[in-house]
Amino acid sequence: MALIEYRDALNQAFAEEMERDPNVVLMGEEVAEYDGAYKVTRGLWQRFGSKRVMDTPISEAGFIGMGIGASMLGIRPVMELMFWSFAAVAWDQIINNAAQVRYMSGGLINCPIVIRGPANGGTNVGATHSHNHENFLANIPGLKVVCPATAYDAKGLMKSAIRDNDPVMFMENTLLYGEKGEVPEEEYLIPLGKADVKREGTDISLIAHGRAALTALKAAELLAAEHNINAEVVDLRSIRPLDEEAILASVRKTHRAVYIEENKPFCGVGAQIASMLQEKAFDDLDAPVLRISSMDAPAIYSPELEKKQLPRPLDIVEKVLSIC
Amino acid sequence: MASAAKAKQLDFAKTPINSKLSAQQKVRLLTEMVRIRRFETESLRQYQAKKMGGFLHLYNGQESVAVGCVSLMGDDDHVITAYRDHGHALAVGMTMNECMAELFGKVTGCSKGKGGSMHFFAPDKNYWGGHGIVAGQTPLGLGLAFALKYKGVKGAAMCFMGDGAVNQGCFYESLNMAALFDIPVIYIIENNGYSMGTSLARSSSFKSCLAERAEGFNIAWGQCNGTDIYEVRANVQTAIERAHNESKPTVLEIATYRYYGHSVADAKHTGGYRQKEEIENYKQNHDPIQIFKRRLLEEGTLTEEQYEQLDEAAKAEAATAAQFADESPIPSEESITQDVYFEVDRQTEAGRTGKHFFNS
Repeated sequence: MALIEYRDALNQAFAEEMERDPNVVLMGEEVAEYDGAYKVTRGLWQRFGSKRVMDTPISEAGFIGMGIGASMLGIRPVMELMFWSFAAVAWDQIINNAAQVRYMSGGLINCPIVIRGPANGGTNVGATHSHNHENFLANIPGLKVVCPATAYDAKGLMKSAIRDNDPVMFMENTLLYGEKGEVPEEEYLIPLGKADVKREGTDISLIAHGRAALTALKAAELLAAEHNINAEVVDLRSIRPLDEEAILASVRKTHRAVYIEENKPFCGVGAQIASMLQEKAFDDLDAPVLRISSMDAPAIYSPELEKKQLPRPLDIVEKVLSIC
Repeated sequence: MASAAKAKQLDFAKTPINSKLSAQQKVRLLTEMVRIRRFETESLRQYQAKKMGGFLHLYNGQESVAVGCVSLMGDDDHVITAYRDHGHALAVGMTMNECMAELFGKVTGCSKGKGGSMHFFAPDKNYWGGHGIVAGQTPLGLGLAFALKYKGVKGAAMCFMGDGAVNQGCFYESLNMAALFDIPVIYIIENNGYSMGTSLARSSSFKSCLAERAEGFNIAWGQCNGTDIYEVRANVQTAIERAHNESKPTVLEIATYRYYGHSVADAKHTGGYRQKEEIENYKQNHDPIQIFKRRLLEEGTLTEEQYEQLDEAAKAEAATAAQFADESPIPSEESITQDVYFEVDRQTEAGRTGKHFFNS
């Protein structure tokens, strides 16, 4: 196993899939000659050339729509949004075209496109650059939403996303791009819709997606060391499709659950999971399902304060102690 | 004035793409226009009989545009349009039955009753819709043409749009990329003078015409009159050759007119934002079907009897389609959650992994 950065795990996934399938194309702002604003695509333009790795103008609606149109004719575009926040500019193309065209054509057309980029707060770039769209987009039938937390997951899920024949919204995190993780030398894929139990435990289920899964792992260590609570951490990895079985299996074992996400609370992913748990695991629960989200306000700029706006390990510990 | 117009008309008949048409092909062009007219008229009747819901945007008056453009398509040329899409659908060869059944929301419709009037599709006929959001199809058309170029296919994507669509931002983003990347897309602005109930003068600022805006992107552009199907064909052929031979985009504005409102719900289209006399003038003096019919009669390609026959046949075909639609079953309730995800529909491993739908 090699220890590589999250960004390089994604880079490997692109390179491998581009080698495998000549219809895979990378497009986005600065992805080619500049090597990517966050260096996720570095080296690929030199290796694959301008036909396969294309710089686009700053025109999110235009180039995302172009990718969707190309995907209808069998190209497999992997489109970078420099920030997922900019998807707001391309909303019509994603929501009305990528997500609906299969349905409205009675199944005659499909869009094998991946739209990817970082979707996170916590980097002091202000509210316009710090949105989490996973709950919005998972609300749209026709779209798939994936949020990997580790280098291993990022690579395996990206390879599956590129091979998937439906539009996949792939959400990364600028705070994780430099994080190193072990990635096998040999090829592997991680299916969309499979959660990962990142820490086994018996007393409570900490369920999360994206970077919040790593925050939950840190909280679990504190709970074990300081409170003798053995928490299980379930990382959803994919929001839609959703691995409901993995969540239920964990909660049936621990009888308590907290959902942690960097999304906002109103209709967040945790709201969906909490609703599902009260419906399907009511008799297994020994306490209400609690949720931790980012604080319910636009992302604040002030660097010291923004740290507090996102869920921190101690926030999770405190919440867990209220029901354990 | 009349003689000058006639002289111009004859010129387009002499362009190579038109002069080589056989008598049969000419009659075919006329027949296709008449079929669209009769289909639209029948669908209006059925709408008024409450056989369908939603919106209905009729193409009456604009037939020469869809038929003229589509008549030039080769195997690798593609079409995408906006919500006034019935004409293009019939022109590419979709049947009246599947189109009418779609309007009725029936399972036999081209989209199994899932798309409706604004969302007809036939990818097997290189027809990519049928799009409901004004100008939303303009980046998609760019993408279709991008895919052709990427695959090394000598083809073009004709992306139709109305004059109201030229004021949406994604159209300009698309023009910029079309020029920047040399993409063989042809934007065809069907300028019927009204952006819903807002006239051209009240909705768009321009110097000589809308297509001229392409000048700023260094894109070839043109403007022509849609009254004469030969004029449409001559101009579009130039754009197709540019796309095929140079992989370059074109913006072509075609002046046309719709006899009905923006949609059938538009009660103010006559006597409101436009005068009855204006509509009558178009019907009397600029109707593309009547003008082409007269030309074919004058040159002896067609007789009145033949015209009556083809018109009756189109009328009967539309009536049969309405009957077919009426008698067709509605889609099953289970079908509501089908055709959402490719992988689920095919029950692939990806489609069987995880939960995709959340009602239970």
